[in-house]
Amino acid sequence: MNRASKKWFTIFLLPTFIAFCIAFLIPFLMGLYLSFCEFRTVSDAQFVGLQNYIKAFSENREFINSLWFTLRFAIVSVVVINVAAFLLALLLTKGIAGTNLFRTVFFMPNLIGGIVLGYIWQLIINGVLFKYGYSITSNAKFGYWGLIILMAWQMIGYMMVIYIAGIQNIPTSIIEAARVDGAGPFRTLFNITIPSVMPSITICLFLTITNSFKLFDQNLALTAGAPSKQTQMVALDIYNTFYGRVGSEGVGQAKAVVFFILVAVVALLQLYLTRSKEVEN
Amino acid sequence: MKKINLSHILIFLSLLFLSIVFLIPILTVLLNSFKNKFSISQTPFVLPSADTFSGIENYISGINDTGFLSAFFWSVFITVLSVAVIIIFTSMTAWYITRIKSRFNSVLYYLFVFSMIVPFQMVMFTMSKVANILRLDNPFGIILIYLGFGAGLSVFIFSGFIKSVPLSLEEAAIIDGCNTFETFWRVVFPILKPTAITVAILNTMWVWNDYLLPYLVIGSDYKTIPIAVQYLKGGYGSVDMGAMMAMLVLSIVPVIIFYLSCQKYIIKGVAAGAVKG
Repeated sequence: MNRASKKWFTIFLLPTFIAFCIAFLIPFLMGLYLSFCEFRTVSDAQFVGLQNYIKAFSENREFINSLWFTLRFAIVSVVVINVAAFLLALLLTKGIAGTNLFRTVFFMPNLIGGIVLGYIWQLIINGVLFKYGYSITSNAKFGYWGLIILMAWQMIGYMMVIYIAGIQNIPTSIIEAARVDGAGPFRTLFNITIPSVMPSITICLFLTITNSFKLFDQNLALTAGAPSKQTQMVALDIYNTFYGRVGSEGVGQAKAVVFFILVAVVALLQLYLTRSKEVEN
Repeated sequence: MKKINLSHILIFLSLLFLSIVFLIPILTVLLNSFKNKFSISQTPFVLPSADTFSGIENYISGINDTGFLSAFFWSVFITVLSVAVIIIFTSMTAWYITRIKSRFNSVLYYLFVFSMIVPFQMVMFTMSKVANILRLDNPFGIILIYLGFGAGLSVFIFSGFIKSVPLSLEEAAIIDGCNTFETFWRVVFPILKPTAITVAILNTMWVWNDYLLPYLVIGSDYKTIPIAVQYLKGGYGSVDMGAMMAMLVLSIVPVIIFYLSCQKYIIKGVAAGAVKG
């Protein structure tokens, strides 16, 4: 590219760059700094060192509980969603009548927003539990499994679409060759299909892990953390720390930094681990 | 041959069963939106009867309580303009930083990628304060915020595709006397169209359903649909379940219409967006 086009910097780069600085870069750096400060608004910050981080873990057990709850939720929902989505993708690439219709139905919940999803499932789950004299907030177990069901309902179709694209990319010649060599359906699945769709597995794991960790809207609408914050995930705990009571903004920001590092480490670790298993086609 | 058909029929029937299970939650909400508010929460799986049927009463009270029509307007307004602005500017940015190699551009590219994994909670407080100070806390200013927030994923997807576009086309355009701006919009962007549709769909799904960002930036002066729904729940006292059901239905209907009318693009876009990632 020639030097003349560098003059176009103002039009091509500047608007996005300014917006990116305002919406992300500056708030991110401010957030890092403020996590070491005590503040009400952003202009009255006083440096307090690691005090917020210590408070985040020691003031009460809410943060640790929410981390633990999030982790338990993420592990189960990632496994359930990916196994179910992959199985559905296998069934929907067999050329069965109605494939398009089924795909349409399974994908649909994904387009509905988290708040609306939360209230839909609150109605369903409360309706079922009412017969036994419970509601979703009477026991943390109900909220936990409710969130998993909700998340599965929302994400299975999305991941299924990605797996379908991956499976359809496998050259039929490879499958044929395996069949000629006498490989049964299970050998074909484990030795050919799964290794060939590793790129899809990488991206699906990445999306389900990060979305499970960051879940907020669904959590807020379904249980809002009830009973007594036992079903509160990290994102909701941080929100409540910030806006729940005046004076704990610094602790909220420190929790947010810990949360950011946790999500970044888990996501990068997963990308590294699954990328290394991808094969060249 | 017969054996294959039998297994196909079994698979078909189990998929049919699963599809019905998938649709039950939405159908239940639809049914209950026509029942009076006292017969919803305890018996949601019972069909409306002559006693419990309430016509469109829930819809009227839901629309009035939440200002749904204005919420619908602001949701459309913010989503359409944000997505248009994101497409226009991030495609130009992606092309610029992919084609012009400089240290600044490659650092910027990695910052965009980095922004994708940062949870919103990390920046929500400071960002809403910055938006407040800069007077971006209105339905117009939030478009700039969405451009900044959407830039990561959008630039990433666009650059992934631009790398595979041959340079010779652009060089030919420049020899023909186009300047950089014309080259981009007349030659490069038409090639980017399928990618632009992918980016548009992913961003539409995000902005339309977003709750926390508009809530923190704008507050409840200009409610969007998710904020209007959550607003019903807010405050003390019991929730009007009838109005809630009606609001849920009204929030889902536009999404389903959008989905059924551009289903092909949506499913392709989601798959393509994932492959780029």
